[in-house]
Amino acid sequence: MTDAIVETKGVEVRFPLPAHFLSRKKPVLHALNTVDIAIRPGESFCVVGESGCGKTTLGRTIIGLQRPTAGEIYFKGQRIDTMDEATRKPIRREMQMVFQNPYASLNPRRNVFETLAEPVRHLMSERSGAEVRAQVEDVLEATGCDPSWQRKLPHEFSGGQRQRIAIARALVTNPAFIVADEPISALDVSIQAQILNLLNDLQAERGLTYLFITHDLSVVEHFGTRVAVMYLGRVMELAETETLFSSPKHPYTRLLLDAIPRIEGGSFDTPREPGELPDPVNMPPGCPFAPRCPMVEARCRAERPELRRLANGTHAACHFAE
Amino acid sequence: MAMLEISDLHVAFPKGRTGEVEALRGVSLTLEKGQRLGVVGESGAGKSMLAFAILNLIAEPGRVSEGSIVFHGENLLDLSERDIRRIRGNRISMIFQDPMVTLNPVLTIGTQMVETLKAHRRISTAEARRLCIAKLKEVAIPSAEGRLDAYPHELSGGLRQRVVIAIALLTDPELIIADEPTTALDVTIQAEIMALILKLCRENDVALILITHDLGVVAEVTERIMIMYAGVCVETGPTQQIIRTPRHPYSAGLLKALPQFAGRGARLYQIPGSMPPITALPPGCAYHPRCERATGRCSAQIPPLEHGCACFHPLDQTEAAS
Amino acid sequence: MITLKGFIRRFLSDPVAIGAGAVLLLLVLMAALAPFLAPQNPYDLMQLSIMDSEMPPAWHPGGDDRFLLGTDAQGRGVLSTIMYGTGISLLIGIGAVIVQGVLGVTLGLIAGYKGGWIDAFLMRLADIQMSLSTLMIAIIALAIFQAAFDANTYADYALYMLIVIIGVAEWPKFARTVRSSVLGERNKEYVDAARVIGLSQRRIMVTHILPNTLTPVLVISTIQVAEAIMTEAALSFLGLGMPTDRPSLGSLIRSGFEFIFSGSWWITLYPAIVLVVLILALNLMGDWLRDVLNPKLRRGDE
Repeated sequence: MTDAIVETKGVEVRFPLPAHFLSRKKPVLHALNTVDIAIRPGESFCVVGESGCGKTTLGRTIIGLQRPTAGEIYFKGQRIDTMDEATRKPIRREMQMVFQNPYASLNPRRNVFETLAEPVRHLMSERSGAEVRAQVEDVLEATGCDPSWQRKLPHEFSGGQRQRIAIARALVTNPAFIVADEPISALDVSIQAQILNLLNDLQAERGLTYLFITHDLSVVEHFGTRVAVMYLGRVMELAETETLFSSPKHPYTRLLLDAIPRIEGGSFDTPREPGELPDPVNMPPGCPFAPRCPMVEARCRAERPELRRLANGTHAACHFAE
Repeated sequence: MAMLEISDLHVAFPKGRTGEVEALRGVSLTLEKGQRLGVVGESGAGKSMLAFAILNLIAEPGRVSEGSIVFHGENLLDLSERDIRRIRGNRISMIFQDPMVTLNPVLTIGTQMVETLKAHRRISTAEARRLCIAKLKEVAIPSAEGRLDAYPHELSGGLRQRVVIAIALLTDPELIIADEPTTALDVTIQAEIMALILKLCRENDVALILITHDLGVVAEVTERIMIMYAGVCVETGPTQQIIRTPRHPYSAGLLKALPQFAGRGARLYQIPGSMPPITALPPGCAYHPRCERATGRCSAQIPPLEHGCACFHPLDQTEAAS
Repeated sequence: MITLKGFIRRFLSDPVAIGAGAVLLLLVLMAALAPFLAPQNPYDLMQLSIMDSEMPPAWHPGGDDRFLLGTDAQGRGVLSTIMYGTGISLLIGIGAVIVQGVLGVTLGLIAGYKGGWIDAFLMRLADIQMSLSTLMIAIIALAIFQAAFDANTYADYALYMLIVIIGVAEWPKFARTVRSSVLGERNKEYVDAARVIGLSQRRIMVTHILPNTLTPVLVISTIQVAEAIMTEAALSFLGLGMPTDRPSLGSLIRSGFEFIFSGSWWITLYPAIVLVVLILALNLMGDWLRDVLNPKLRRGDE
């Protein structure tokens, strides 16, 4: 697909774990295994999964905070994972990130203006001082921040206000693509709605593309255009949001959907067996979901299902999905 | 008479040399045997403070400054530390967000369970172990016998929280207070744990106070609900009734802000601003600066809790249902 | 984070802090203004007379009004030498801490941010350094220095030698403190945000991480000044510190020690009192700073 704004090809990330110094075996954690996704311009591509599924690692790898062990990452057709810093600099303007914890993502000793001006000064060094100030004020207004905040330090703000500032920092260089790693999960319910609306409005105004990482399927249903469901470093299902919610194909997706508490009640009435994740260091040969899967058969434990396209356009990594 | 009756509970913390601020400003509730109550609110609303007050665990320099907590006719606030221990962890158990608050990392699970049991019952160690295994089986921990000799860190997060539940159930309590028991867990594990708590409460006729920020979980598990804002209860009543027809503008706003309620891609309803800290409460109703129904009266007087709703301008049936 | 206003409010509400601060200010002013305040200039040989030697404090029989706290064996007024000596002690203490701080903060920052073998190497170096007592290193170095040069050269450079030796011997304290703060800071998301922009490692270390590790540095600095002054006093007492014609508090105590049994107790006692008061004030100040600046110990005001 050439029209993708961001594309990953066979991306793998492995973390070497500390080994016993006498042991010859080097344990390795497979955080990502052959992930192929293509994000189209203007969409809100959601990655959903439980802790340890690799969704954050995927976001960090695409933005360049984590080097892939194998595979290729493209931005607007250019390969970026092997680029040197000088060539990459203009691309950094176009790709930004919003982090999960607004209490840690702002440098506590810098005021809002310094925090917002830094990306412009570094990535758009041709701008004059006055232009930098104008750009900072514009982005503050666009994200619903008061211009009087510029001289204040992060500790003077509430969580929701900090997250607005963090979003403003990501937008100050006018990027086309934003990785948002659980941007609302550290916030209170009434603030979550404010931030989600803000992200939606900004997308409409600026034609942004989002990679939205979350564990909350109800946010995906509201926000996403397409979804990748991840489990232990692999994409298990990739589908249009509506299709995923109306006809989930992978048994893991179904398990996730069943786990959403419903306002009308009833999903917790039947007891559930404790589900155990397999050890991500010594992965079994077959399907990673096999130990928890209700429809598991001998084949699942022996042969790992590949992600394949189904009749309705969904991609699923399950031998039995149709 | 109700099993637990809290009336006009105030919790105060010193501020400066002579002043005091109130974290709870007159909270009342009654709980019948076997009833499940959800306490919902944003962080800082005072919901955890309520749980700590019931267990007489308010940390210095805070104190209960007014009110009573009557459990089976006995005011818990009048009891000595020794008498409180007869009730806490015995007739009233608790489950915290982080299992490691309850579990001691250097002792095996068996040791901790046997100790808990022997602190409240005169039984032999062998008998205690037998009971512990039975409880671990009740919370569906696989190979329960072997787990007694395991250390907490050898278990996954979900299993650890199951062990905490087993410990909470050891003494056959009449009331369990669960403070955000699944917030740290993944969605599928949350569903398992909440389903388990629900089942155990129903089977053993145990009352539950579930403290959470998640309206979905409350809707699934509880019969009654209490919505807190800035140290007071703003609305209380049967769970499904309040979720369908909330009367307080804050409850209505919280519900409307949930992504589940908005159509796909539609704007979420957003409550402007954020909850004031207890040190800077506005006069009158604490919610009035954020409320679209507020009038002059709201900023002058604190609305009393009448018919389960503390508001001068509650929503009527037709408004609430929309 | 504590604001300057909050900091001043905390300071003014704590009698111990006010007391320690006032004593420190007084001693620093006394030392800095010694050339204007002191009744004599003890460095000026023309002003000294052997006839004035070993005079008791002014209120004792045989005392002289010119020498309020008496004189030493060379006829220098004890009060004047204390004023000048406090300055030399403070100079050595502060100078040594600057050397320690620059070395320790730089190495700690590099060790913490780079990690890997650089970290391991620097920290083992620190461990080795810490296992050798500062006093021992200083004694060996100064003894060699004293043997290698003649007395005049030694007297000229003793001040700088003491600063460098005490500074180099104590860098691991700063390095370890900074390293552990860096380890806490470098995985925070604001550092990731700076990496997303593409800032160089060095720029992230200096402009983002370093300012967030300086609070504990400030706390240990105060206590390290006290420690350096004590080390210098101990060395001087052993005859390895400042020469007697440019005495620090330590060398004053030593020079009087020989006469303590002949009844001239004032030569030793008064400098010793000043030394103890100075160290106590610095340590109290350091403890207070730690309580105020360590957010883990702070409660109440957010």
